[in-house]
Amino acid sequence: MEKRISLPLKEDVILDLKAGDKVLLSGTIYTGRDAAHKRMIEALNKGEDLPIDINGQVIYYVGPCPAKENEVIGSCGPTTSGRMDVYTPAILEQGLKGMIGKGERSKSVIESMKKNKAIYFTAIGGAGALLADRVKAAEVVAYNDLGAEAIYKLEVEDFPVIVTIDCEGNNLYDTQKERYKELLNQK
Amino acid sequence: MREVHVKEIEQAVSKLCMEANFHLSKDIKESLEKSREEEISPLGENILEDIIENANIASKKEIPICQDTGTAVVFIEIGQDVHIIGGDLEEAIQNGIRKGYSEGFLRKSIVEDPLIRVNTKDNTPGIIHYLIVKGDKIKITLAPKGGGSENMSALKMLKPADGVEGVEKFVLETVDKAGPNACPPLVVGVGIGGNFEMAAFLAKKALIRPIDKSNPKKHIKEMEERLLNKINTLGIGPQGLGGKITALGVNIEVFPTHIASLPVAVNISCHVTRHKTIVL
Ligand code: SF4
Repeated sequence: MEKRISLPLKEDVILDLKAGDKVLLSGTIYTGRDAAHKRMIEALNKGEDLPIDINGQVIYYVGPCPAKENEVIGSCGPTTSGRMDVYTPAILEQGLKGMIGKGERSKSVIESMKKNKAIYFTAIGGAGALLADRVKAAEVVAYNDLGAEAIYKLEVEDFPVIVTIDCEGNNLYDTQKERYKELLNQK
Repeated sequence: MREVHVKEIEQAVSKLCMEANFHLSKDIKESLEKSREEEISPLGENILEDIIENANIASKKEIPICQDTGTAVVFIEIGQDVHIIGGDLEEAIQNGIRKGYSEGFLRKSIVEDPLIRVNTKDNTPGIIHYLIVKGDKIKITLAPKGGGSENMSALKMLKPADGVEGVEKFVLETVDKAGPNACPPLVVGVGIGGNFEMAAFLAKKALIRPIDKSNPKKHIKEMEERLLNKINTLGIGPQGLGGKITALGVNIEVFPTHIASLPVAVNISCHVTRHKTIVL
């Protein structure tokens, strides 16, 4: 029932993914949340390059816990994506193809996703221990001074996510809530 | 007077920080199990299964259930017949937090100034509520509180004429707005009465009551049940991806209030609602 997908996302795969698909991702993803996004946008505004080549990549909105001895990473579930909305269209313009987080996205993010053919996945918020098990390697690649908010490069294997907004802008949050609301109020 | 050394308090706080973050309490676990059976959305049911598995992994490996190990909120009830010795109480509590968050490999999520935003790197300061009570014991409850759900909380000064209906409407609106952002299934803490700051305090306090315990007042208990039922027809469901189980519980605390006022605070919490208590 789940689709296994290896990263980076290829264009035909992106076009094929539909809101509601359950997906297992394997390959490289980059982390980034509030502070890292702020810095990336500041760099772009100054005409500088981003510290990582974001073209074709996937960003995971997460600030992990520190790793215990013998662990790759600490608990690492998604953070609320909406806080990144003000920065996201500019990053999508740089070629970002996928985002993993939790919660709603703004209209302008969805418009930019449609234009740039990108996918919004959600992972289960609060399932940090389960998700950490699927991370096989982690290293800080930028903004080390930001601690939990630094940009990490993660190697993931069968990382479970749900396509929540696809590249045509179909939004699972809207459709499912309405559907179940109706069902629950019929009874 | 019974003497309690600050070192003992520091130790206790440090241990509570770790335990609260590693082990989901029994009331929430049981409620998740029950909810899984009640969920009508297949995806929702899968999500609830993963949430339960996640809590089991965390507990077994002694790692945080959720990476947002939160602001350390401390409720400390100090018996008036206790004499605290050996140093500064506030410092002992903050040191306990520092120690617990470092030794437990918990995330440090506090910035020093809300506008300049530089991380304090040790998760201090925690937010401490001191209460002086009868007796010669010290009761400490540590409730790590995540930012995602905290951000969806709200307070409103209603008019007395708004009554029960107005209160329920505000709670439902707040939950509806929280939607997927607060990691449903939620636990909803509601404070009614008091004044502006008291309502918020009550809502937080409501969250440290186990969800299988109701408010002792009959009309409030009924309101808790009614609200839970209504919330679970909003359709939001686990993780906001549709379904029945939007909330696991609604806890309400009330307090006398002014003749002109009806304050209501809604503190939204998630399925990783954590609190752990110790008595010294
Ligand atoms: S809302 Fe709760 S479960 Fe979700 S990320 Fe925050 S603390 Fe974790």
